[in-house]
Parts: sequence; structure tokens; C-alpha cells
Amino acid sequence: MDKLETVDLTEQQKKARRLRSVAIGLALVALVIIFYVATLAKFGPAVLNRPM
Amino acid sequence: MALIDDRCIDEAPLRMSEATPGDYIALLKPRVMSLVVFTAVVGLVAAPGTMNPLLALIAILAIAIGAGASGALNMWYDADIDKVMSRTAKRPVPAGRVTPGEALGFGLVLSVLSVMTLGVLVNWLSASLLAFTIFFYAVIYTMWLKRWTPQNIVIGGAAGSFPPMIGWAAATGNISLESVILFLIIFLWTPPHFWALALFKSGDYERAGIPMMPNVAGPASTRRQIFAYALLLAPVGVAPWLLGYTTLFYGVISLVLGAGFVWYSWKVLGMSDDDKTMVPAKKLFGFSLVYLFVIFAAYMGDRLVAWLGGMGA
Repeated sequence: MDKLETVDLTEQQKKARRLRSVAIGLALVALVIIFYVATLAKFGPAVLNRPM
Repeated sequence: MALIDDRCIDEAPLRMSEATPGDYIALLKPRVMSLVVFTAVVGLVAAPGTMNPLLALIAILAIAIGAGASGALNMWYDADIDKVMSRTAKRPVPAGRVTPGEALGFGLVLSVLSVMTLGVLVNWLSASLLAFTIFFYAVIYTMWLKRWTPQNIVIGGAAGSFPPMIGWAAATGNISLESVILFLIIFLWTPPHFWALALFKSGDYERAGIPMMPNVAGPASTRRQIFAYALLLAPVGVAPWLLGYTTLFYGVISLVLGAGFVWYSWKVLGMSDDDKTMVPAKKLFGFSLVYLFVIFAAYMGDRLVAWLGGMGA
């Protein structure tokens, strides 16, 4: 079976991709924290008040 | 069989991105963003009433990201002219590190995210104003006015004038005369600020085919218009004190700054057509940055002191 034709990234491309991945990860973590904190700030303890 | 074999598919050459996060941050125009953040903070802090500090922080973040998104959309559309201007040639899109499509996608995603965040977590009036500001900057200014009329930055300046009003709306849920005055200060400040720059960078704008005032109406007319706007700006800067919104502290500072602006503009008015160094225009450009920063800082300081005094009473 023939070897699959793939793209070989240069070192610079690999480094740029790694940095972009880290940045996207950090942005997602920041968004989670922002919406968690904002939910508490906006609703306070009332966030737990819901019909069971 | 033959049908398929005869078809030649022109595939675009595979391009692997070398863009770093720094390139994407550059798309957000951080320096413009810092001014937007600063003026939005002033609007938010100076507004009456109190706001949950965490929600205030999120509001400012959303306004900053919205401003950055409009910067990315601007760089997507303007890549062709950015390429020929010395000031902008190294931006990520003209330099080839980010494709126009990537800049467009980045700008659109951040626009939606910032407007929705502000709307859901703060209020929909401020979110609507932010959405309008992004639309105004990206579509009305960048796509329409910038390449069409020398009044581009006069009308387009409205986009940069909205942030204090958005901050105010985020804190209070409405728009008042005070926030309109903050809007007007930036609106009237923008033309002399950019025309001072355009005077000594007119070659750049001419190469790019941008109809800036010095290239269209000539340097003499531009200098007269700079002076006229300075005469309008100075009293509007003092208006918050005249209308009783601030104390004498702000009144004195705004008077001195306004007089300084008129003085530097007067020097620009007196420049000759064959002045190649254009020192007065460069000085006015520098002073205009100081003017905006100090007048807004004074306004915020004045309101903060009044608020703290009210708490102590």
C-alpha cells in the first residue's frame, strides 16, 4: 500500500501552529471563566432558585 | 472516463499559515483599541449610579473586542491600500502572514461574540450601539466613505466617538446629554487630529488613492478647516463644566487644553505651502493625543472625586 501523501510543516509553521493552538485554548478558558463569573455576578444566589 | 481525464482542476496551492497569535492581535489594532477602552471606561465610570464591577469589566472587554473586530474587518477590506502606505505596509494582511479571508472570519466572529456578550450580560442598548459602531466603521467608513470623499474621517469619526456613549449606556441603560457631549468632543477632535497627520503624510495617502483633505482641497484649505474645527472643539470641551456637570477642576483643565488646541491649530494655519518639515502639523498631531487623553482623564477624575465625596457625606 502506498504511503499517504501528507504535508510536511516547516519548523516555523509548526511553531506558529502550536502558538495559535495555545492562544485558542487560553481564549476558550477565558470565555468559560467570564461567563461563569458573569452568571454569578448577574444573578447572585438566585441562580440556584429554580423549581425542582 | 475521458470526460474526467480531460478536466483539469486548478487547485489553489496549499498554504500553511505561519501567522502567530501576535498577528491576530495586530488585526485588532491594539493602539486604537486602547483609546476606545479608555474613553469607554470614562463613559462608564462617569455615568451616574453604580454597576457591578465584574459586569463593568466584562462590558469594557466586550467593547474592546468589538472595536478590535471592526479593526480586523477594516484590515480585511483595506489590504490593497495598506500595502502601498509606509505606515500600514507591515500589517498582517498586506504582509501576507494572514489571508484576507482569515481576517474577515476573525472580524465577523469577534463582532458577533462581543455584541451578544454585551447584550446578554449587560444590556441591549449598549449592545445595539456597539453593533452600530462596528457596522459604521467597517461598512460606512471603510467600504464607502474612505475611498470616496475627503469628508471620510469627518463622518467616519462618529465610529470612534461612540465608545464613551456605549460605556455610559452599559452603566445606565440610557443615553443622556452628558454622553452626547463626550461623543461630540471626540467627533470634533477627529478631523483636526487626522488632517494634521494627513498634512505630513499626504504623499502616502496620494499613492494609495485615498481622497484625504490635503490631496483634494489642498493644504491651505485643510489648514483653515483644522483651525475651524479647533474653534468648535474648544468650547464643546468646556461644555460639561458650563452645563454644571463637573466642578471647576475640569473647567480649568478643559479651558487650558482648548486654548492649547486653538494655539497649535493657529500655528498650523500660519504654515506656508512650501514648508517641507511641517513641524507645526506634527506638534498639533502630538498635542491632539495629549488633549484627548487629559480631557477625558480630567472628566473621569472629576466625577470620581464627586462620587467619593458623595459617599463620604
